[in-house]
Amino acid sequence: MTWKKLLIPLASVPIILLLAYGFRTDPKAIPSPLVQKSAPDFRLKAFDGGEVSLADLKGKPLVLNFWASWCYPACYEEAPLLEATWKRHKDQGLMMVGVDIQDTEANAREFLQRFGFTFPNAPDPGSKVSIDYGVYGVPETYFIDRQGRIAYKHVGALTPALLEAQVQSLLKGK
Amino acid sequence: MIRRMGRWASARRATWWLTLGVAFVPWWGAAHVYGATNFDLEDRVREIASELRCVVCQNLSVADSPSDLAKEMRNLVRELVRQGKSREEISAYFVSRYGEYVLLSPPKRGFNLLVWGLPFLAIAVGGGAVYLVARRWTEQAPAHRPAIDPAYADRVQRELKDREQQ
Repeated sequence: MTWKKLLIPLASVPIILLLAYGFRTDPKAIPSPLVQKSAPDFRLKAFDGGEVSLADLKGKPLVLNFWASWCYPACYEEAPLLEATWKRHKDQGLMMVGVDIQDTEANAREFLQRFGFTFPNAPDPGSKVSIDYGVYGVPETYFIDRQGRIAYKHVGALTPALLEAQVQSLLKGK
Repeated sequence: MIRRMGRWASARRATWWLTLGVAFVPWWGAAHVYGATNFDLEDRVREIASELRCVVCQNLSVADSPSDLAKEMRNLVRELVRQGKSREEISAYFVSRYGEYVLLSPPKRGFNLLVWGLPFLAIAVGGGAVYLVARRWTEQAPAHRPAIDPAYADRVQRELKDREQQ
């Protein structure tokens, strides 16, 4: 008859375990299935009239940043950081590409001018490249190694320490 | 009088035909613009999009969301359907980009089975418990009947006998 008394505490064990698992995971952290996989190819017409494609950048480490002029304040916070990092490391072979999503051309050009971006930036008509990369919102940044694999994905505004660390690891990598 | 009636009737008939004609315009227009196959295509797009989560919304499907990203996703689904891709291929594409999170109903395997199985398990266990408790109540009912005082029972029997003899 004692087992009956134990029944209620025993039955609550799996529920507590389930809650412990559920509350310890961050419901907002959704892991990208693309990390450590090869980055989807893209070919876009840049704002400066040129063409940017992943295939042409093969063998070079790439920082692929998704932004929009309406993405305030996050995109405005990280924009000077991106430009500074690009200037500092471009001679070491680093590549940087910005993809502008769901934007108007006038607003996008104003954004580019405001931050004086010198790396290639391109609009994404139909958000095709964004969907192909599993972009939820802006800003999102993908760090693609020389092999064309996505080494790391960052959601939200970049911090100087994180950007520098990821760029260093890309430059060191094969 | 007869002529006037006739005119009145023909005017009414003309109105009737006109109304019928006007009523057909939207149908004709829709059929003309979309064509039968496009209705099928849109149904198919809706069916597939309603199973995909709008990733920038709270609990809305790609089919129901007014957001720009959902609109672009619907366009992409439409394009893939036009290319002859199956429903499974299209959802597999979205899962490969966004993970299983993009599916509104989690696939029935692994850890997800808990979500599908637990409610039924709870109903079964709860139903079993209700059955056991109900059975115990009905079985215990006679045992709980209070014992009758023998003197009182004798008196009842005696009085019944007296009544029969009267």
